[in-house]
Amino acid sequence: MQGASVTIEDLACRRGDRLLFRGLSQRLGPGEALHVTGSNGIGKSSLLRIVAGLAPAFAGTVQTGGAIGLIDERHALDHALPLGRALAFWRVLDRAEDSAVERLGLAPLLDVPVRYLSTGQKKRAALARLIGENAAIWLLDEPLNGLDSDAAALTEALVAEHCAGGGIALIASHQPFTLARKRTLALGEFAA
Amino acid sequence: MSGRLLPLLKRDMARLLLGGRGGGAVMPVLFFLTVAMLYPFAVGPDARLLARTGGGVIWIAALLAAILPLDRLVEPDIEGGQFDQWALRGMSEEIVIAVRVLAHWLSFGPPLMLAALPAAALLGIDEPTLRTVELGLLAGTPGLAALGVTVAALTAGLRGGAALGGLLVIPLAVPVLIFGAGSLGSGGDSGLALAAAASLVLLAIAPFAGGAAVRSARS
Repeated sequence: MQGASVTIEDLACRRGDRLLFRGLSQRLGPGEALHVTGSNGIGKSSLLRIVAGLAPAFAGTVQTGGAIGLIDERHALDHALPLGRALAFWRVLDRAEDSAVERLGLAPLLDVPVRYLSTGQKKRAALARLIGENAAIWLLDEPLNGLDSDAAALTEALVAEHCAGGGIALIASHQPFTLARKRTLALGEFAA
Repeated sequence: MSGRLLPLLKRDMARLLLGGRGGGAVMPVLFFLTVAMLYPFAVGPDARLLARTGGGVIWIAALLAAILPLDRLVEPDIEGGQFDQWALRGMSEEIVIAVRVLAHWLSFGPPLMLAALPAAALLGIDEPTLRTVELGLLAGTPGLAALGVTVAALTAGLRGGAALGGLLVIPLAVPVLIFGAGSLGSGGDSGLALAAAASLVLLAIAPFAGGAAVRSARS
């Protein structure tokens, strides 16, 4: 994860006819975390999708160094499959060794079809996929939604470990996110 | 890269063959056989008429059966976020769609070719005609699979997308149908060759059209 970087320069984002934010510049190096805050609809998710390269920037540039892992409200696990097999598909794609299934408390759920899992359980499964992906840059869209307090604390600990290992985390959340060394970006200040 | 295509193909095959709620590959085959079974009831028991028109009915049934799984081909993976995750791993939409075409064909092409044997018996089709039908299906069904995946990608996320998809597939499948079913009348290889050519065109377009459609569905 050496040399991970995210450089955002003079970024503007448009959804439909509305300009959501503009003039956003940020630079993140190894081990740094950025907590993007702001009210609903201000463009937090859009910012993450632009950084991920999944949505076009209206103006400005984003440069990333390192593989990108994304967690958003869509967990990308096949509904019909048992959780173990749904995760195994991604583990094979990512050639993952450790996916922290035990640590995330997913071991008893591996035989349960994904469609029977709760929101929080699916979120934890998505975290397991993210850890297996071994990406340098984590983009987390509302990572604490639906998690109980234990799982939320575990998520915060996992992000802290990721950053301690030289990774970058971009967290978009309107909820407080406890992390020792993080910067906070209030996206509202850049609203157009 | 190639190490990722095989797991993807396996996963797509499992989804399309076994298919959970959609019934997988069994439904199109049963539908196909039902049409072949209904046809003699509708036109009467005239054996010569059945034998003469049976090949065409098999083609119509194959085309309609190919439409059945349309709504499961692409949309669930856009809704579920799988395409986003693949893109982040450097797997382009074009590659994923190409694999999907192969998986879709494997899940309905060969089963339909097998089901054409009992269907031919039901319709009283003779052996040379059956051979032409089977070869025609072999040439034509890959094109139908490519067309199905392309249209499924184009209509993903639209309201009534499945019904619209069916309506779009039918006219675009006409060339394959004309040449495939036409080879029965002439009994010639030229019809088969042209069906295969129409199939190849659809196969060549599918990854690019489908991939662009998936990307544009993101915004």
